[in-house]
Amino acid sequence: MSPAKNKTNSEDYLRMYTQMARIRTFEDNANQLYLSAKMPGLTHMYSGEEAVAVGVCEALKVTDKITSTHRGHGHCVAKGAEFKQMFCELLGKEEGYCRGKGGSMHIADQSNGNLGANAIVGGSMGIATGAAFTAKMLGHDDVTVCFFGDGATAQGLMYEVMNMAALWSLPVIYACENNGYSEYTRTEEIAAGSITARAEAFGIEAHQVDGQDVLAVNTLTTDLVARARKGEGPFFMELMTYRYHGHHVGDINREYYRSKEEEADWKEHRDPILRFRAHLLKEGLATEAEIDTLNANIAADAQAAVAYALAAKYPDASEVDMHVFTDVAHALA
Amino acid sequence: MRDITLSQAVNEALAEEMRRDETVFIIGEDVAEAGTPFKILSGLVEEFGTHRVVDTPIAEPGFMGIAVGAAMTGTRPVVDLMFGDFIFLIMDQLCNQAAKTHYMSGGKLSVPLVLRTNMGATRRSAAQHSQSLHALVAHIPGLKVAMPSSAYEAKGLLKTAIRDNNPVVIFEDKLMYQDKAPVPEEEYLIPFGEAHVKREGSDITLVGTSSMVQVAEKAAEILASEGISAEVIDPRTIVPLDMDTINESVRKTSRCIVIDEGHQSFGVTSEIASRIMEQSFYHLDGPVIRMGAMDVPIPFSPALEDLTVPTPEGVAATARKLMAGEMFHG
Repeated sequence: MSPAKNKTNSEDYLRMYTQMARIRTFEDNANQLYLSAKMPGLTHMYSGEEAVAVGVCEALKVTDKITSTHRGHGHCVAKGAEFKQMFCELLGKEEGYCRGKGGSMHIADQSNGNLGANAIVGGSMGIATGAAFTAKMLGHDDVTVCFFGDGATAQGLMYEVMNMAALWSLPVIYACENNGYSEYTRTEEIAAGSITARAEAFGIEAHQVDGQDVLAVNTLTTDLVARARKGEGPFFMELMTYRYHGHHVGDINREYYRSKEEEADWKEHRDPILRFRAHLLKEGLATEAEIDTLNANIAADAQAAVAYALAAKYPDASEVDMHVFTDVAHALA
Repeated sequence: MRDITLSQAVNEALAEEMRRDETVFIIGEDVAEAGTPFKILSGLVEEFGTHRVVDTPIAEPGFMGIAVGAAMTGTRPVVDLMFGDFIFLIMDQLCNQAAKTHYMSGGKLSVPLVLRTNMGATRRSAAQHSQSLHALVAHIPGLKVAMPSSAYEAKGLLKTAIRDNNPVVIFEDKLMYQDKAPVPEEEYLIPFGEAHVKREGSDITLVGTSSMVQVAEKAAEILASEGISAEVIDPRTIVPLDMDTINESVRKTSRCIVIDEGHQSFGVTSEIASRIMEQSFYHLDGPVIRMGAMDVPIPFSPALEDLTVPTPEGVAATARKLMAGEMFHG
């Protein structure tokens, strides 16, 4: 584990551990809901990438903004969302963050600065840059982090908005979660040259960091956020990580594009939660028993939230034409 | 009341709203010192500065996306899209992002954004600078669509659009930028969803949008000289659409032609005609006739281009046939 200059007390470390464990637990439960046919549609698991979302979001304040992706549960949890409203949203229930109208791929939590997951790969890059534009124009010191995957680096929008962000020194940090796969295709087959060099071509300072090391991610992000607040942005981070599941929960047989051995290697040797747990034990910041209790509490929270969401009510049929426009109660009335 | 051009009316609306609300800003290509190729925005950067009249690279999806994110977080962007034809470049940001954000978030997020762009053929600009693509936008739930027919409407509708908390797309006819109309000195707004009866008549209703209102008015003049009394209705916004005013007129006249510069098939004329037939069928003495732009890419040659859009003479000829009962069998 790399040293973390700004995180010296055990409370911060335990919160980072807790947030990573919450994401893993959330995803395990979401996967079970899918496999048991209790969840409509499908979803994309964040498991394996927890250190990215947590390392980044622990460097942000509530009013800082993020934009998220189709693989967005991790970002949502890390930015402060609650299990209950999240599971309700995944199940299409009225008490979900978006009243069940968004679902897994559009979950948003504006109270914590999460401007929403986006089901168009790369679709939120403009939104994130625009949020940073607002901060600069109105003189706020908020920073926006734009999460996207390596697959999204193939979208033209990214280069258009990075160009403008650099021209206008916007307080935005582009966080590329490189999990090695663009859906069902290896990243090296879709990405020519270097990903960080693409940002550098616009004069944007770019870093590559081990996305399985939560302290490394947090240290880098904390530094970049502080500098972005002072008007030194934008910045670019390539976070090297791995997704444990397939592209989505239904992508089970995937040996045609990656081996079980490769997956096992990442899980056994580079798991961000196991690594950080070992670090906490080694540094004497927590005991085995304390971490086990913590994990048990998270599991119980998730179980209760799932049970609540399963029993919660669906939106009333009258909701179907609500929220089409802000000023019309029912668009089709 | 003084006469000003449509271009001046747009400029005044923007200046007034930017003075009133410091979160309003303009973003687009060559909007600042150049004031756009049509010189609509001249003078605004001098008053409001480059941080509120923001020149962008030629990157329509990029600046549209930035405007969506800016709108979601507390500002009111007015996006300048130089030609309506470029709307195809920004479709994801407009239709997948801006239009759906309020709904997908269960009402928690909103996108108070105005997209100003243009439409209209016969400027000898060929197929990629002449289209009228408002029907594509009107098809997507969550977007409001305004179509000013004169300087008066252009100012009043734009001011309303800027204060609206939803994404609004305004299509200005680029051939009308230098057309003058009486515009009050004092402030006014034009509410959305209120059609304007431009001319009263009793024999036939002509519903026209944007510059087709002028076409309808000229057709009405021709028809009046022949003893046919045409009523001319300008919906002013197609989303929301004031069907009450249209139905009231059609129920009075029992005949209707809908004129719009979008391509005729699957367009605004079809939508309005269908609604009239669903809602006022038993009041009709003939089929509701659609007159849109010809279903061809807009040609460059003047000899061909002028054939593609409805004209006063064409509308009058169709009205005569409808009055004579000659439109029943195609």
